[in-house]
Amino acid sequence: MADHPKHNYTGLLGWVEDRFPLMETWNYHLAQYYAPRNFNIWYYFGSLAILVLVFQIFSGLFLAFHYKPDAALAFNSVEYIMRDVPGGWFIRYMHSTGASFFFIVVYLHMFRALIYGSYKGKRELLWLIGMTIYLALMATAFMGYLLPWGQMSLWGAQVIINLFNTIPFIGEQLSVWLRGDFVLSDATLNRFFALHFFIPVIVLPALVFVHMVALHAVGSNNPDGIEIKQGPKGNRWSPDAPKDGIPFFPYYIVKDVFGVGVFLFVFFAVLFFAPEMGGFFLEPPNFEPANALKTPLHIAPVWYFTPFYTILRSIPDPWYGTVGMFSAIILLFLLPWIDKNPIKSWRYRNASHMANLLLFAIVFLILGWMGTKSVEPLYKELGTRMTQIYFLFFVVLGIHSRPFANSQPSNVLGILIAVVLGLLVWIGSGFLSFGGIFAGIVVGLAFALIFMLGNFIAKQYFGKNGVKARYAAWFFILLGLIIFYDVYFRFVPSDTTATVQMLLQLIWPVVYLGVTLLLPALSPSVNAEKPVPERVTE
Amino acid sequence: MANSGVDTKRRRFLIAATSVVGAVGVAPLAYAFLGSMAPSARALAAGAPVEVDVSKIEAGQLTRVLWQGKPVWVVNRTPEMLSNLPSLDNALRDPNSDVLTQQPEYAKNATRSIKPEYVVLVGICTHLGCSPGYRPEVAPADLGAEWKGGWLCACHGSRFDLAGRVYKNVPAATNLVVPPHYYKTDNIVLVGLDGGKA
Ligand code: HEM
Ligand code: FES
Repeated sequence: MADHPKHNYTGLLGWVEDRFPLMETWNYHLAQYYAPRNFNIWYYFGSLAILVLVFQIFSGLFLAFHYKPDAALAFNSVEYIMRDVPGGWFIRYMHSTGASFFFIVVYLHMFRALIYGSYKGKRELLWLIGMTIYLALMATAFMGYLLPWGQMSLWGAQVIINLFNTIPFIGEQLSVWLRGDFVLSDATLNRFFALHFFIPVIVLPALVFVHMVALHAVGSNNPDGIEIKQGPKGNRWSPDAPKDGIPFFPYYIVKDVFGVGVFLFVFFAVLFFAPEMGGFFLEPPNFEPANALKTPLHIAPVWYFTPFYTILRSIPDPWYGTVGMFSAIILLFLLPWIDKNPIKSWRYRNASHMANLLLFAIVFLILGWMGTKSVEPLYKELGTRMTQIYFLFFVVLGIHSRPFANSQPSNVLGILIAVVLGLLVWIGSGFLSFGGIFAGIVVGLAFALIFMLGNFIAKQYFGKNGVKARYAAWFFILLGLIIFYDVYFRFVPSDTTATVQMLLQLIWPVVYLGVTLLLPALSPSVNAEKPVPERVTE
Repeated sequence: MANSGVDTKRRRFLIAATSVVGAVGVAPLAYAFLGSMAPSARALAAGAPVEVDVSKIEAGQLTRVLWQGKPVWVVNRTPEMLSNLPSLDNALRDPNSDVLTQQPEYAKNATRSIKPEYVVLVGICTHLGCSPGYRPEVAPADLGAEWKGGWLCACHGSRFDLAGRVYKNVPAATNLVVPPHYYKTDNIVLVGLDGGKA
C-alpha cells in the first residue's frame, strides 16, 4: 500500500489525518472537486434525490417503530399511526409524499441526462449505475405500497407479481416462490416489509456511493456537453485544475442549499395542504382494508408507475405485455449505445433530435395520464399509440445519431431482422402447430417486404442514396411496421368502435414520424448541427 | 530473485482447488436460503373445498365464495343470457374452450358448465390476476353496443362473456378457469373436487 500523501494539517485535524484520510476525501470529493461553472436548474435534482433518500430512511424508521407487518394487523397499525401516534400522521405523510417526490426528482434528473447527453463520454457506467438505482427505487416503492395492506396494496402487488407468472415454463413456480404462497398473503407481506427495509437502507446508499465515485472519476457533464477537463487549465484555486471548473465546496454547495430551500417549501406545502394530491400520491381505495374477494372498480398504480402500466395493458397478450413493459425500461439502460452522436448537448444537435426528446417527454406524460384512466376505447387506443411512439423513439434516436449518413437502411440487415422476428413469432405462437409456422412466415415476410418497399419509395422520390433518402426510407419503413402491427395483431373486424379509433389515432405516429424523420428529409435546415464552442458558455 | 522460490503451478492449483471447494459450499447455502422462500408446510395445507347452495342465487345474480384464497363465482344465468352466448363466438379468442387447462372436461361445452344456467368460475383474471367486475347489463355506454353482458377487468381492460370466455384484442389470452366442482345434491355444488374423486 502506498502511503497516504503528506499534508500540512496540524493540531487535532493533523492527528486525525495521520490516521484516516479525512481531509483527503473531503478535498477529492468536495473542496477540490472542480465542477463546470455553467450548471443550471437541471443540476439541482441529484443532490435533491440524496436529500429525499435521507427523508425516506428516517421517516421509514420512525414508521417501523409502530407498524406491524402482519396481514391481520397491518392495516390497523397504519390507521393507528395516523390517529393515535403523536405526530404519526406527519411522519406517514412525509413518507408517502417523499416517495412521490423521489420519483419527480429522479425523472427530472434522468431527463437532464437525456437532453445534455450525460450518458456519453466515458459516462456509460455512471448511467448504468443510475438506472440500477432507478430499478431499486421502483422495487422499494412497490414493496412499500403493499405495507398498508389496503385494497390498492393487495391488487397492485397481485398484478405485479403475476407479471412473473407469464414467463413461459418457469413463471408459475417463480411467482409462487416470490409470494411464498399460492396467493398473495401474510407470507408476502412479511417478506416485503423486510425487503422494504433492506433495499433502501443498505442497497440504495451503496449504489448512490458508487454512483458518486463513478461521477467524480470522470467529472460532471454540463449544459453545453463540453469536457472541461479537455479544455484550458488553470483557475483561481489551482494552476492545473480546469479553467472552466469551480470547486464544488463552497460554490455548488451554496447553490444546492438554495435548491433545497425551494424544494422544502414545495414539499411541505404538499405535505400539509394536499398529502393525497387528489388521489395521485395516496389512492382512495387504499383507505379500505385489503379484500381478496373484490378488486376495486377503478384501479391504477401510483402515478410514477402508470407509464409502464399503460404499456403493459396496451399489448393484447400477457407474456408479450410483460416483455413490452420490461423492455421499455431495459431500452433506457442501452441509451449510451443507441445514441452514438459525438455531440452531447441538445443545444448543438439538430432540431430533429431536440424535437424527438421533447416529444418523448410528452409521450411519457400522456402514457402516465392514460394509466390513470379506465380502459375505454378512446383511451385504450391513445395508450396504444403512445406505446408505439415510446418504442419508436429509440429507433429514431439511433437514426438521428448519424444525421449526415447517406447510406440507405441495409436490406440485408432488414432481412436478417425479419428472419429473427419470424422465428420468434413462430416459437412464441406454438412451436409445433401449423398456425405458429404460418404466423412466423407472415411476420417475417411482411417485415422484409416493408423494409424493401420503404427503401424503394424513398429512392424513387428522394434521390438515390442521399441523406434525405435515408430519412425518408426510415419514415416509410417505421410507418409501414406500425400499420402492419395494427392490422396483424390488433385488428378485430367485428369491433367497429375499436377500428374507428385505430384509424383516427393513426395520426399520432404519422405526426411523430413526420416531425422527426420526414421533416429532415424535406428540409436540410432542421438536420443542421451547430458548431460546438471550445469553452462552456454562460 | 523475487520469484525464484515460487512454485507458480502449485500456487495456481491451490487457488483453483480453494475456489472449487468454496463454490461447492456456496451452492447448498444458496439452496437453503432461497428454498426458505418457497411456501411453507402451513401454506401448502390450506385450501379445503367449499359448498354453495345454488337455489339461493336469484336469476341473473352472482355469488362469491372464497376457495384457496381466491374468489369463486357462481352465476345463475337467465335464458336470454344463455341465448346470447353463441352470437359472440366471432369476437372471442377461444369460443369452443379448446384450451384444456382452463376447465375440466365436463365444462368443455357451449355454456362451460354442468347445469346450463349455473356457471362456476374462478374469479381471477387470466391476465394478471385481478378479480374482474360483473357487468351483466346489455350495451352499457362505457362498454359499447356489442356488449352482451359478462365481466370487465378493471386492471387492464380484459373482457369475458357470461361463460367466462375471453374476447379478442384484450390483454388476457385465455378463458376464465372453471374450478373442479360437482353437484352433491340437486342444489348444493361443491367447489374444489371432481365428482369421481369425492
Ligand atoms: C427509497 C426509499 C423509500 C421509498 C421510495 C419508500 C416508499 C414507500 C411507500 C410508497 C409506502 C406506502 C405509503 C403509504 O401508503 O402510506 C411506504 C410505506 C412504508 N415504508 Fe417506505 N419507502 C422508502 C424507505 C423506507 C425505509 C428506509 C423504511 C424503514 C426503515 C420504510 C418503512 C416503511 C413502512 C413501515 C411503511 C408502512 C407504513 C405506511 O404505509 O405508511 N420505508 N414506503
Ligand atoms: S388483470 Fe385483468 S386485465 Fe390485467
